[in-house]
Amino acid sequence: MLFQPAIIALLMAAGIAVLMLAAAAPFAVQVMRHWDIHSGSEQQLAFERRTYLFSTMLSFVFGIQLAALLLFVFNADRLSGMFVGAMCAVGTLNVNDFGFPALIAQIVIFFLAAMWLAINHADTRARDYPLVRIKYGLLLVLLPVLMLGFWLELQFFLGLKANVITSCCGSLFSGDAKTIASEASGMAPIPAMVLFYAGMLFVTLAGIWHWKRGGRASGYALAALSAVAFVIAIIGVLSFISLYIYEHPHHHCPFCILKPEYDYQGYWMYLPLFLATAAGLGAGALQPFAGSASLRQIIPPISERLAGLAAGGYILFTLFATYFVLASNLILIEH
Amino acid sequence: MNVWLEKQRHLIDFTLASLARRKTKNLGLLLVYTLLVAVLASLTLFTNALRSEAAYVLAGSPEVILQRMVAGRHDLIPPGYFDKIGRIRGVQKKEGRLWGYYYDPVLKANYTFMARPAEEVADGSIMVGATLARERGLAPHNTISFRSYSGKLFAFEVASVLSPDSELLSADLILLSENDFRAFFEYPAGHYTDIALSVANPQEVRNVAAKLSEALPDSRPILREEVLRTYQSIFDWREGIMLTVLAGAIFAFSILAWEKAAGLSAEEKREIGILKAIGWETGDVIRMKMWEGLLISLSAFLLGLVAAYIHVFYLGAAVFEPVLKGWAVLYPRFALIPAVDGLQIATLFFFTVFPYTAAVLVPIWRAAITDPDSVMR
Repeated sequence: MLFQPAIIALLMAAGIAVLMLAAAAPFAVQVMRHWDIHSGSEQQLAFERRTYLFSTMLSFVFGIQLAALLLFVFNADRLSGMFVGAMCAVGTLNVNDFGFPALIAQIVIFFLAAMWLAINHADTRARDYPLVRIKYGLLLVLLPVLMLGFWLELQFFLGLKANVITSCCGSLFSGDAKTIASEASGMAPIPAMVLFYAGMLFVTLAGIWHWKRGGRASGYALAALSAVAFVIAIIGVLSFISLYIYEHPHHHCPFCILKPEYDYQGYWMYLPLFLATAAGLGAGALQPFAGSASLRQIIPPISERLAGLAAGGYILFTLFATYFVLASNLILIEH
Repeated sequence: MNVWLEKQRHLIDFTLASLARRKTKNLGLLLVYTLLVAVLASLTLFTNALRSEAAYVLAGSPEVILQRMVAGRHDLIPPGYFDKIGRIRGVQKKEGRLWGYYYDPVLKANYTFMARPAEEVADGSIMVGATLARERGLAPHNTISFRSYSGKLFAFEVASVLSPDSELLSADLILLSENDFRAFFEYPAGHYTDIALSVANPQEVRNVAAKLSEALPDSRPILREEVLRTYQSIFDWREGIMLTVLAGAIFAFSILAWEKAAGLSAEEKREIGILKAIGWETGDVIRMKMWEGLLISLSAFLLGLVAAYIHVFYLGAAVFEPVLKGWAVLYPRFALIPAVDGLQIATLFFFTVFPYTAAVLVPIWRAAITDPDSVMR
C-alpha cells in the first residue's frame, strides 16, 4: 500500500521532519553546553546566527506536523474503501496494531509542536535569547517523539495489507472481524451533556479570565483546563454529538462525521477544538518563563492573545456542536 | 494584531517590488515550478477522474456474480444449480446470464456477446455498442454476418446502436436474443454462463457471499465492492508508480530551487546589506524571503493546477493517457467527468510546496545573516 500518493506525502513529511530535527540535534547539544550571551567570542556569534536557521527550520517542521495530522485523518478515512469491512477511518486505523498509536502519536506531536512554537515565538521577541537553552533542550526531548511517530506511521502503512483479490473467497479467509472499541464509550446522554457544557464553560471562562486579567495562575489553569476540556470534548462527541449528527441512537463513531455524507461537519468542530486546545496549552507553556527579566513585558501579551484564541475556539466549537444537536431530527431525550 | 498585519502587508509589498526588479530570474523559476505542479496535478486529477468513472460505471452492476469453477477454471452453470442455491434471505433477484467472447478476424478484436430477454431483442436482430458500430461502419437496419465457432454463418440485422453514454461498458458489446445466442455458440440447453444476484442491503452482501460459498463449494462469488476496490487500488498503484518516477523531477526541482535561492547576485547581496544597515533584523530578512517563497509557491501552485485542469478535462490528458488508461483494440471513447478532490489537492501541496520550502530554507538563512559591512564595502 506504500504507493498511495497521500501515504508517500505523509511519510516524506515525517521523514524530512525527523532528518531536520536530527540535523539540529548536534547544534542543540552545543548550544546547551557552550551558550553564553555575554561572551563576544566567534563561537557565540556563530551560535546566534545559527539559531535563526534552526528556529526557522523547526517552525517549518512543526508547522508541517499540524498539516500532516489533518492529512493523516483525511487519508485514513479515504483509505477505508480499500479494506474489507471498513466504513470510515476507524476501520483503516484498525487494520493493524499501529493505526491508533500512530494517530495518537500524531496528535501528541501536534500539541507538543504547538507548545514549542509558542515558546519559540516568545524567545525570538526578546533581545537576549532568554529561552534558548530551554528551547533546544525541549528539541532534544521532541526528537525521539518525532522518531517514534515516524516509526509508528511507517509500520502502520507497511502493514496495510488490502485483500485485493477480485473474488470473494480470497476475502472470506481474511474475515477476522475487528470491533470498534470506541463504541464502548457510551455514556448516558444527560450526564454527558452536563459534563460537556460544564467543561466548555469552565475552559472558556478560564480563557477569558487569562485574556482580560493575565497572571500566571490563570495561565496554568487555562492549560490544565484545556487538556481536560479536550478529553471532555472528545467524550461529548462520542457520547451524544455524533449520535445527533448521524440521527442514529447507536452510532458513536468520531470519524464518520468527517465524511462527505455528513457534509464534513466534523471538520467544523475538530478544527476549532484542536486550535483552541493548542492555544490553551501554548499559553500554559509560556507561564514558567513569565518571570524572567527580559520576558516580563513580552510573555503576557502573547499568552493573553493565545488565551483569547483558545476561548474563541472553544466557543466556536461549542456553538457548532450545539447547532448540530439542535438541527438534528434525532430525539435522544424525551421532554 | 493590526500592527502585525500592517507589517506583513508592507513586507509583501516590498517583496513584490523586489521580485519585479529581477523579472527573468523569478519568471524562469515560476515557469519551472508551474510546469512541475501542472505535471503532478494532471496525474492526480486524471487518476481521480478515472477512479470516479470506474465507480460510476460499476454502480449499476449486480452486487454479486456467481461463477462455477471446475478444476479452478470458470465453467458453465449446469441445470439444477438454481435449486441448490435455494432461497437466501436478502437476495432480491437472481438470474442466469448468458455471455461469451467472439473473436472477429476483421477487426482482430474480441466482441462480447450477451443474451437479453426476447422482449428486448427479437430473434435474428442484434444491438451493438457504439465503438464497435463505428469501427465496423454499422448503422441500424444493416445486416452483418458472423462465422460461428462451429463454422456456420449467421446473419443478423442491427436493430439499434447502443447509446454512446454507456460506451465505457458497451464498447465491444453485442446484444442478441437467447435463442440466437444458444444457436450461435451451440450452448447446451439449460446451461448458463454465470448467475447475477441483486442484494438490496450493502451490509448483507458479504453474508450472502458466505452462504453461497457454503451451499455451493464449487462456486466463486465475485462481489461488486471487491471489483471496485481492485480498480481503486490499481489506479492508486499506477498513480503512485508515476509519482515515484516523477520524484526525480521533484528532487531536481528542489536542487534548482536551492541553486536559485543560494546564487544571490552581488546586487541582491548589497540590497540585503543596505536593508540591515538601515535597521532590518535578520528575522525580518528571513520573513521577507519567506514571503517571497510563499508568493512564488502559491502562484505556481494555482497556475499549475489550472493548467492541469485544462490539460486533463479539455485536452484529454494527452501526456498520461497511455500509462494510466490502459488499452484495448476496441477502446471506448469517453469524456472524463471533471472532479476535484480535497485530499488530492492537499497531497499535491505536500509534494510541491513542501520540498520547495525545505530546499530554500538554508539559502534564505545564508542570505539573511549577511553582514552589512562585508557587502557594502
